[in-house]
Amino acid sequence: MIVSIASGKGGTGKTTVAVNMALSLKDVQLLDCDVEEPNAHLLLHPKINETRSVYVPIPRVNEKLCDHCGKCSEFCERSALFVSSEKVLFFPELCNSCGGCVIVCPRKAITEEKRRIGTIKTGMAGNVDLVYGELEVGEPMAVPIIREVKKQIESQKTTIIDSPPGTSCPVIESVYESDFCVLVTEPTPFGLHDLKITVQVMKEMKVPCGVVVNRAGIGDRKLYDYCKDAGVSILLEIPFQRRIAELYSQGVPFSLEMPEWRTKFQTLFEEIKKRVSK
Amino acid sequence: MRICVSAVADSLDAQVDPRFGRCPYFVLVDSETMKFEAVPNTASSQMSGAGIQAAQTLASKSVNVVLTGNVGPNAFQALSAAGIKVLIGVFGTVREAVERYERGELKEAGSPTVRGHFGMGRGQGRHSR
Repeated sequence: MIVSIASGKGGTGKTTVAVNMALSLKDVQLLDCDVEEPNAHLLLHPKINETRSVYVPIPRVNEKLCDHCGKCSEFCERSALFVSSEKVLFFPELCNSCGGCVIVCPRKAITEEKRRIGTIKTGMAGNVDLVYGELEVGEPMAVPIIREVKKQIESQKTTIIDSPPGTSCPVIESVYESDFCVLVTEPTPFGLHDLKITVQVMKEMKVPCGVVVNRAGIGDRKLYDYCKDAGVSILLEIPFQRRIAELYSQGVPFSLEMPEWRTKFQTLFEEIKKRVSK
Repeated sequence: MRICVSAVADSLDAQVDPRFGRCPYFVLVDSETMKFEAVPNTASSQMSGAGIQAAQTLASKSVNVVLTGNVGPNAFQALSAAGIKVLIGVFGTVREAVERYERGELKEAGSPTVRGHFGMGRGQGRHSR
């Protein structure tokens, strides 16, 4: 079963929920798909077994064969290729690796080469298998790394996916094909606003979802009113509590020090399982 | 000499648009006859790469010189590769811009004058993909 943890708003506690849930279950792997700023490993302190590079294909133009007809640049939706009468310029940061330019070139002057855009790391922390991606600084495209991280999914295990914040492509890629998505939010106008958008995205993707309210006790009741009206279940509330905040600030998953929370995360997982099997 | 001016509309009396890649029109003027052709800039609404595509359009129209307000890094590189000179800090109408160019009053850009996505407006261009 694949359970992803998402949130429109940043900093609501996705990683906290993902890590504590993983630590409370058996036979579990945690994939940190927030490849721009992965931080599950900061809470889990894994032993890394493998590090490998992630590449994307980009075009390489053989100027000897090229007659500067411009078909490649005409085809390129992203304007990553510029053709003048004498040379071809390539702008790698705009390229989407679609490979179209290779196909349309009538003189077969374009071949593909690899460009490194990041790394993925796999390791172990206690009973948790951790996989996370790291996008190189300055690289604009997170999706190819997220895809690479998700290739590590082992179907016989419980997979927990820590998604990046927001509702754009990297989130869609992370949540895609999940059996269930846990939406982490906080009871503030900001949390509510972004939750509404995320719920719409989940409906569009046809991924069943439920809410975990973090820092419960702050803000107002509007979040609860919305969930009731929209028919979105609140599965768990994590209170705004000094002890939890302190452990977080020290980089310690709170369920390790507060074992009663392991039971709560197990119950949360059982509830999700029940909803998925329905 | 074929001069291209980035403009907000399609005539010699149109105001100059200071943005190169995201202006709505390019007015191409023959400096000897003052005959002109207005080309809609199809790249103006592109998420990214607008300057490069605009440069590609101008390269195919055999333009020698571009008169505009600012030019971003990719557009500057593309225009340079096509051997098109870029003159910046232009304002007023298209006609005035061409006249000022003819009098030698405009400055040639030796490097990009703004960062990428400059002409996209507030709140846009943060997430490129």
